[in-house]
Amino acid sequence: MTVAPLTDLPLWPPTNLDRDPLVPLDAGERRRFAGPVTRVRLPTDATAWLVTRHADVKQMLRHPGFSADLTRPGFPLLRRIPPGAFGDRRGGFIRMDGAEHARLRRMLTAEFMIRNVRRIEPLIRQTVDRALDELHAAGPPADLVAHVALPVPSMVICHLLGVPYADHDFFQERSRTLIDRDAPPERVQRHVRELRDYLHRLVEARVATGERTDDLLSRLARDRVDTGELAVDELVGMAVLLLIAGHETTANMIGLSTLLLLRHPARYAALRDDPGHADGLVDELLRYLSIVRTGLPRLATEDVEIGGRLIRAGEGAIAVLSLANRDRAIFDRPDEFDPYRAAQQHVAFGFGVHQCIGQPLARAELRIALVELARRFPRLRSATTEGRLPTRDSSVVYGLDALLVTW
Amino acid sequence: MSGAVRVRVDRDRCCGAGNCVVTAPEVFDQDDEDGLVLLRRAEPPAGTVDRVRLAVELCPAGAISVVPRPAPQHSATP
Ligand code: HEM
Ligand code: SF4
Repeated sequence: MTVAPLTDLPLWPPTNLDRDPLVPLDAGERRRFAGPVTRVRLPTDATAWLVTRHADVKQMLRHPGFSADLTRPGFPLLRRIPPGAFGDRRGGFIRMDGAEHARLRRMLTAEFMIRNVRRIEPLIRQTVDRALDELHAAGPPADLVAHVALPVPSMVICHLLGVPYADHDFFQERSRTLIDRDAPPERVQRHVRELRDYLHRLVEARVATGERTDDLLSRLARDRVDTGELAVDELVGMAVLLLIAGHETTANMIGLSTLLLLRHPARYAALRDDPGHADGLVDELLRYLSIVRTGLPRLATEDVEIGGRLIRAGEGAIAVLSLANRDRAIFDRPDEFDPYRAAQQHVAFGFGVHQCIGQPLARAELRIALVELARRFPRLRSATTEGRLPTRDSSVVYGLDALLVTW
Repeated sequence: MSGAVRVRVDRDRCCGAGNCVVTAPEVFDQDDEDGLVLLRRAEPPAGTVDRVRLAVELCPAGAISVVPRPAPQHSATP
């Protein structure tokens, strides 16, 4: 059932298969949505406020009057989830608020802090090297997504968590369902359950046998589960979240970043000649590509004024990271890709207490993967001749399904 | 001209994202045990003040604040 005036509202997210993969929203879409706060219709026929300015996005995501709990009535969902179909959500702190969220997140902050990520850089480098060997052996031409972008972050997060990479087909397929807006609800439910069962078995094995290898699941089993601080089912939910967040996002960034760099050969060459500048380049890639393109949804739990608009308790709001990252008030000539700009203020990792906990890891993976690619494949170019590149249009995390390259 | 400042961090708010440590490592650190912010020095050296202000902007949790450093003759603590 659709209420008549609803159809006058623009639909978010827009579908536009002609858009260049490197452009989050084209000029027409930007006019339609750059309100700065616009009321939109969602695929579920609910309405929500789109928040697009950098300052407003930061204010909204840092404001305690917005909830990330998608089971609350009125939450701006992008796909229909039948009531009662959310399944077991224990441990999934990305969708929790306040003290409940902080309690679980804080069990992980030390694991992902910069100092510890530096310690695993040799492992990342080794993983990248091996993936590049595979790419070399497979082509030219060869698919960079299948040989490098997907396996690198996946192998790294598996190693950190203590999940056998041999099972990657199983969990990659399932995590993809979870972030696909077009996946049928029954399939989503089944895949969540299967992922939880899978990780449950891994966690149980550690708890039961007292087997304690040097990985995150073992450490949490020992330091938190054995001490009674954390339930096994919570640890399972945290593991599911890390496994999904840890490979889908970085994988898509590696693929799209490569496409972008191949269109800017001088930048690509600079990566090899001046790898010291790679950190700045990585931030600019994150800003420019803003892969979480559908934005971050929240529910207002109190009346809050954002960008001059009163958002009332019970209304949904979506922080559009890609538009905030192209806000002229913060970034000069925002539509230009400029690795020498100061891009650190981007919000590609979100903002507020949910800001990506894996960002030091993601940054290191991206930097090492791109620098090594440029070093070992200086003559890399796209081997896709005609037509559209296969993109993930219905995914919450945008990216390429394949990128054929030659050298 | 950035005047002398005093930095405060609120560990109850900190979510351990570590942006401050990247931005001004001379001033901020993260606790080995819990990953939450630690202040290396409350009175940042002159050359770091701009980066400390950027860290305030970048901190996702609003856990860092700077106040003008009181002149030496007012040694009272607020
Ligand atoms: C370039 C790659 C990545 C991007 C663009 C990205 C983006 C994001 C964004 C936008 C959020 C905020 C979600 C929200 O507020 O609703 C987030 C949260 C999160 N990310 Fe990432 N992420 C990336 C890589 C990673 C990696 C490698 C990990 C693995 C450890 C990870 C783990 C998480 C977790 C656990 C959260 C939830 C944090 C919380 O709710 O407190 N991410 N990420
Ligand atoms: S930037 Fe803010 S939230 Fe992140 S570690 Fe520093 S104080 Fe904590």
